Amino acid sequence: MDTINDAGIDFASITKQELDSYEGALGGLTRREFLKYCTGIAATMGLPMTAGLRIAEAAITKTRPPVIWLHGQECTGCTESMLRSYHPTLEALILDIISLDYHETLCVGAGKQAEAHKRKVMEEFHGKYVLVTEGGTPTKDGGIYCKVGGKPHVEHVREAAEGAAAIIAIGSCASWGGIQAAHPNPTGAKATYEVLPGKTVINIPGCPPNPYNFLSTVMYLLTFAKPPELDQENRPKFAYGRLIHENCERRPHFDAGRFALEFGDYGHRQGFCLYKLGCKGPETYANCPSIGFGDLGFGAWPIGTGHPCFGCTMKETGFNKPLHALADVKTFSPPTAFPAVDADKGQGMTPAAAAVAAGVGGLVVGAATTAMRNMGRSADDRDAPDNQDA
Amino acid sequence: MDKSRRRFIQGAAGAIAGAVAPMESAKALRRENKQLPPNALGMLYDSTLCIGCRACVTACKDANDVPVEQPAHLRDWNVGVWDSGEDISGKTLNSIRVFTHGTKEHKDHAENGYAFVKRHCLHCVDPSCVSVCPVSAMLKDGDTGIVTHNPDACIGCRYCVYGCPFGVPQFQFDEPFGKIAKCQFCEHLQKQDEIPACCDVCPTGASLFGRVDDLQKEAEQRLAKQPGDRYDFPRGRLGDDRPTHEAAIPEYESHIYGVKEAGGTQIRYLTGIPHEKLGLPKLPDESYAALSEGVQHTLYKGMIAPLALLGGLIYLARRSTKQHEDEE
Amino acid sequence: MAQDTHQPLGGELLTKPFLFLGLLFAIAVYFLVTRFIFGLGSVTHLNGGYPWGIWVVVDVIIGTAFGCGGFAMALLVYIFNKGEYHPLMRPALLGGLFGYTLGGMAVIFDLGRYWNFYNLLLPWYAQPSSVMFEVALCVMAYILVLWIEFSPAFLERFGLTNAKRKLKRFLYIIIALGVLLPTLHQSSLGSLLLVMGSQLSPLWYTVWLPLWFLLTAIAMGYGIVILESTLVTNAFKLSSEQRILRKLSPIVGWLLAAFLVLRFLDLLARGQVAPMFAADMNALMFWIEILMFVIPTVILISPVRRIDQRQMFLAALLLLGAGSLYRINAFLVAYAPGNGWSYFPSAPELMVTIGVIALEIMLYLVFVKKLPVLHGTRPA
Repeated sequence: MDTINDAGIDFASITKQELDSYEGALGGLTRREFLKYCTGIAATMGLPMTAGLRIAEAAITKTRPPVIWLHGQECTGCTESMLRSYHPTLEALILDIISLDYHETLCVGAGKQAEAHKRKVMEEFHGKYVLVTEGGTPTKDGGIYCKVGGKPHVEHVREAAEGAAAIIAIGSCASWGGIQAAHPNPTGAKATYEVLPGKTVINIPGCPPNPYNFLSTVMYLLTFAKPPELDQENRPKFAYGRLIHENCERRPHFDAGRFALEFGDYGHRQGFCLYKLGCKGPETYANCPSIGFGDLGFGAWPIGTGHPCFGCTMKETGFNKPLHALADVKTFSPPTAFPAVDADKGQGMTPAAAAVAAGVGGLVVGAATTAMRNMGRSADDRDAPDNQDA
Repeated sequence: MDKSRRRFIQGAAGAIAGAVAPMESAKALRRENKQLPPNALGMLYDSTLCIGCRACVTACKDANDVPVEQPAHLRDWNVGVWDSGEDISGKTLNSIRVFTHGTKEHKDHAENGYAFVKRHCLHCVDPSCVSVCPVSAMLKDGDTGIVTHNPDACIGCRYCVYGCPFGVPQFQFDEPFGKIAKCQFCEHLQKQDEIPACCDVCPTGASLFGRVDDLQKEAEQRLAKQPGDRYDFPRGRLGDDRPTHEAAIPEYESHIYGVKEAGGTQIRYLTGIPHEKLGLPKLPDESYAALSEGVQHTLYKGMIAPLALLGGLIYLARRSTKQHEDEE
Repeated sequence: MAQDTHQPLGGELLTKPFLFLGLLFAIAVYFLVTRFIFGLGSVTHLNGGYPWGIWVVVDVIIGTAFGCGGFAMALLVYIFNKGEYHPLMRPALLGGLFGYTLGGMAVIFDLGRYWNFYNLLLPWYAQPSSVMFEVALCVMAYILVLWIEFSPAFLERFGLTNAKRKLKRFLYIIIALGVLLPTLHQSSLGSLLLVMGSQLSPLWYTVWLPLWFLLTAIAMGYGIVILESTLVTNAFKLSSEQRILRKLSPIVGWLLAAFLVLRFLDLLARGQVAPMFAADMNALMFWIEILMFVIPTVILISPVRRIDQRQMFLAALLLLGAGSLYRINAFLVAYAPGNGWSYFPSAPELMVTIGVIALEIMLYLVFVKKLPVLHGTRPA
């Protein structure tokens, strides 16, 4: 049994040949690079390392799922962000892992040709394709404020959702409505889940979201044929389970009370905490500090570059709370390092002190008893003129 | 019963006649509470705004040049690591402490919640420390009402530490030439037209500096609003042009702590949970200094009573010694 | 009694008990040196919540109460004109001399900024509202008065009869001061606590604290006279002073009874019955203290019991214990600074206090053996 691990893989049964079959997978990665990538995906989601093998298996053996990607009210930032992922590269993603059959930005075809291909895929892979929505969905006046191919976006979404195996809303606009849903919301923009009542929509909020959170979710769906664990806002917990404040590299400055007071001041140049500039890190759940952006390594994320977090992954924060407004610090409970109002202080009785005190007590009682024993009941006899001893 | 004994008892009884009168007589002995100075300066600490960042603790240490401190249980292995002590001490003039209950889920809730509280000198209107100091080392400014300490006068008797109802003055016990440490409201910064360091750095305006009258109005204004109303919380000095901090009015306890406690203080506390839970003791409206000084002044007024007593004693002693001279 | 019968005891000084006391004192000196080099915290358990520990409460406050023998006897002999108690006067004064001088010394090593001590005497620093200021000045003055009061013993020892005669001419003023000053500051030691308010348990906090402290101090003064006389006459086989003591005891008994009655009336008047029966440390210590006051009261009042020398000795011992416990309770046990603070003296802290007491006994032995202090003769 010791060779069977929690991912259900019997290592002993994996032969060198089997591993060799990974050579050249995903757009010409070496076996080593490929396995590193899959293990990385597993690590991103907090899965055991061995799950990487299952992901690797799924990546090359499973049928590539068709993906239909719809754009609503948005800036295409999410796609742009996706285009800048390097492991795998975009082409490996859309050609080897998934089959990106419809994507308004990336489609080779255009106009009626593209729409016809989309309908064809929807019919052919009914119940098997993945629907990704990017951007808010206007609903006011029949959703006429965003039309593709002469049809309101909202109808495209509802239509595509019918036969989708899974629905992913990428970016804050698709997840919560985003900037166009902010007050006064002239187009009646809504989140994808709001126009698809009764359907499970996996939200990958962010402006833009980290591409690896999306990729990992897709790989999870592919490998385990079910969505990863989600929080109450339907965000994958592996990516949105922790406060930015908890993993922020500037956190020690917060704890020590060192704040940048305005952009470019001494504290800002020193890399102090940005809380006073309106950083929403203390109320925003996302893995930005640990994963970073653009594959640049440590510190490549908004707070790392000196800009306060604006809370894009939070429904009520990004685009809704003023940029300068202070965050509600949502640490679950205050750190234990705070002294309690009634913390015990002062040194109590030490054994040595108790011994000394007891010794003194004993000495007094002993001496007094001895003295009393030695003295007569009455000393009157000694008062006699001849001064006899008692 | 022999005569001398009876006379002695009578004398003793005479000396303590009326001793059994109820506490009413204590009230008669008490002098009036002192009044708030004309330009009293103070602080409004709003516990619901405090996020526990401890910027004030750090700023205070910088401004007053006191060293960092570790909690006692970490001191041995955590040498040099920044942390805060358990309470104000000889090396820490202010401290952010926490009240917790149960799951500690909700801020400013007494049940399953937590709340922060800042601890430092309250600059009493009628301070015990000033009243008890034998060498005038504790001084209350007649104009601003700030209570300061003069280590050159201090003999280190620590009566101020013992007598302060809030436990504020602290002695540096671990120094061979220790002194009393207490918040002096960054008097040295105020002289340079700056404000106390803790109020200066507070990111949310939880510590707000200003004139006591204005702060009182501000506190009352906050209480008058409905919970949930948007409110612009000032930061730094009340009335300054610093940007405000907009947030919802929380559910306040209706009692503003520090207005009447122990004869009144120059600090105002607004809290979301009962102040006793935050280590702010329940105190009467009369200052304790008023009672102790009242008794002392009654007994020693113009030294008349002691001198009269001395006169009587001299007469009696003279009479007795004369007799003894004959004896000896 | 035409001749002055005060005389030195003589005899060997460096006895074994004396050397043992010397050892205790040496230990205390070691810790005191540590205290001056590394600060109070290195030796004591004093902390931000309990800035006053046993050095203040035992060495100074209880120490001076033990030193009230001279005051209590002077009150009786010179103010109430009871010449018959005069033989007890000089040893009582000696006890006072040591109690106060060493109490004053203890103040120096307890003061955090002892080098500023003289500020108490500088008029521009004076703060007459402070009870501490009054106590400090009174105690300093009284130590001076005690040395003058006791100086006839020195003058006799060195044969300066002329100086003694001159001193006697104005001694009555010194005696009057010797009664006035302890009255003022022993009551003020209670007044020290008036500012504590709710930090003190209601079982002890009352506006009558000054009076309670004065009454118990006087009672303790008589207690130490009884104890000292009984111990010394027995130890050195001197002619007994039981007859005088027996006359003295009912005075002390009724004084104690008056104190107890007044104390309970005050507690009742303030409606503080519930705290007496609360299941806590305060109530426990309160009843122990009351019990320790009641037993000597009963013994000293009872004409049958006080004939027994041993019972009288026990009464004196308990009375001193009760007075001491009252002071410890009022200053440390009843005091609750809040904020989670606790205090129990450290072993070195205790050793210093023990060393001071050892020094006191050693000095007493030196004085009675070398100076004319004790009244009466050593039997042949």
